[in-house]
Amino acid sequence: MKAKIRKIATFVEETQQEMGRPISPPARRAAAVAVIENPCAGKYVEDLSELTAIGEELGELLTTRAVAALGIAGSAAESYGKAAAVGENGEIEHAAAILHPKLGTPVRRVLGKGAALIPSSKKRGGLGVVLDIPLGHKDAAFVRSHFDGMEVRLNDAPRANEIMVAIAVTDSGRPLARVGGLKKEEIKGEDGLR
Amino acid sequence: MAEVTIRKKLISVEEIFHEGGPVAQHPLRRAAALAVIHNPFAGSYAAKIEGFMDDLKPLGLEMARDLVAALGGDIKLVEGYGKGAIVGSAGEIEHGALWHVPGGYAMREVLGGAKAIVASTKKVGGPGTRLDVPITHINASYVRSHFDAMEVGLADAPRADELVLALVMTTGARVHARVGGLKASEVKGEDGLR
Repeated sequence: MKAKIRKIATFVEETQQEMGRPISPPARRAAAVAVIENPCAGKYVEDLSELTAIGEELGELLTTRAVAALGIAGSAAESYGKAAAVGENGEIEHAAAILHPKLGTPVRRVLGKGAALIPSSKKRGGLGVVLDIPLGHKDAAFVRSHFDGMEVRLNDAPRANEIMVAIAVTDSGRPLARVGGLKKEEIKGEDGLR
Repeated sequence: MAEVTIRKKLISVEEIFHEGGPVAQHPLRRAAALAVIHNPFAGSYAAKIEGFMDDLKPLGLEMARDLVAALGGDIKLVEGYGKGAIVGSAGEIEHGALWHVPGGYAMREVLGGAKAIVASTKKVGGPGTRLDVPITHINASYVRSHFDAMEVGLADAPRADELVLALVMTTGARVHARVGGLKASEVKGEDGLR
């Protein structure tokens, strides 16, 4: 393990009702968050490949954790997203190095597919910063019912020299989705868009 | 009798490897179960509310079992616990107090007759309110290494007419506990205190 992990947290939300209407089966989503040491904190580092390698590791670890927390097969996942929060001694580019070059491949390996871009967000912040992980359908980005977001937060992270890395996976779209657009039953799932 | 209507549930698990000191051989795990339910007393003063404690018992047991499962499925792994409630703005703090009996006794029962009083806290608040749920040893309240707290909350709860009910369990001491006091290994476990 290249990443020096201080803690890992998982969150599973299950929505059974919305506006008094039953959601059946319940809408379920999970996020897995790792708090790691930022090896590039406190100085300018030109080559961020160490963080990129950490991203690749965390892609597999966190997706596996999130799917396990949901208790579903990877192939049953419907939407996904990723996000990172860099502590105050790091730069936003550190989040980019973790999230963008290599994290996605192991995510897709765990889920079996994932033709769509993994929606992402990133920020720099202090302890307790809120990460809103964007969510989109994993095989067709235009599936409107699956545009969503999941908030995660840890009161004790990220410390100044840490990075919080989060991956969210769902088994469904929004509860009571009804604003039209491409439906999941209609997707081709080839180009990642439709 | 009032019906217990659940809108959503959350299970979160933290696995803590270190906090700047040596990496723990067995990482500390802490889990929280939250249920967002309708507050049947929201919006007006009801003199008699006690009966709702019985209605909440099955939910308490379900959440306690969910926590044991989230920590590995063996009650012997559980060493600390706590509980709490957040009351939405159309309710009163006394509604949160309804959780003491069904939440606390559910955990003690599921854990095979835990001896110590279950530490607790509660407040009135809006969506996104965070609650620091206090944690103590399950058989002896004075075990200093197990004094802890876990922050919980949900971005979208409680709405005005809702209650967020929380239970927390942990697998051991703070990750770098070293401030003395009664040790878990010294517990008599008779009076719930020492």
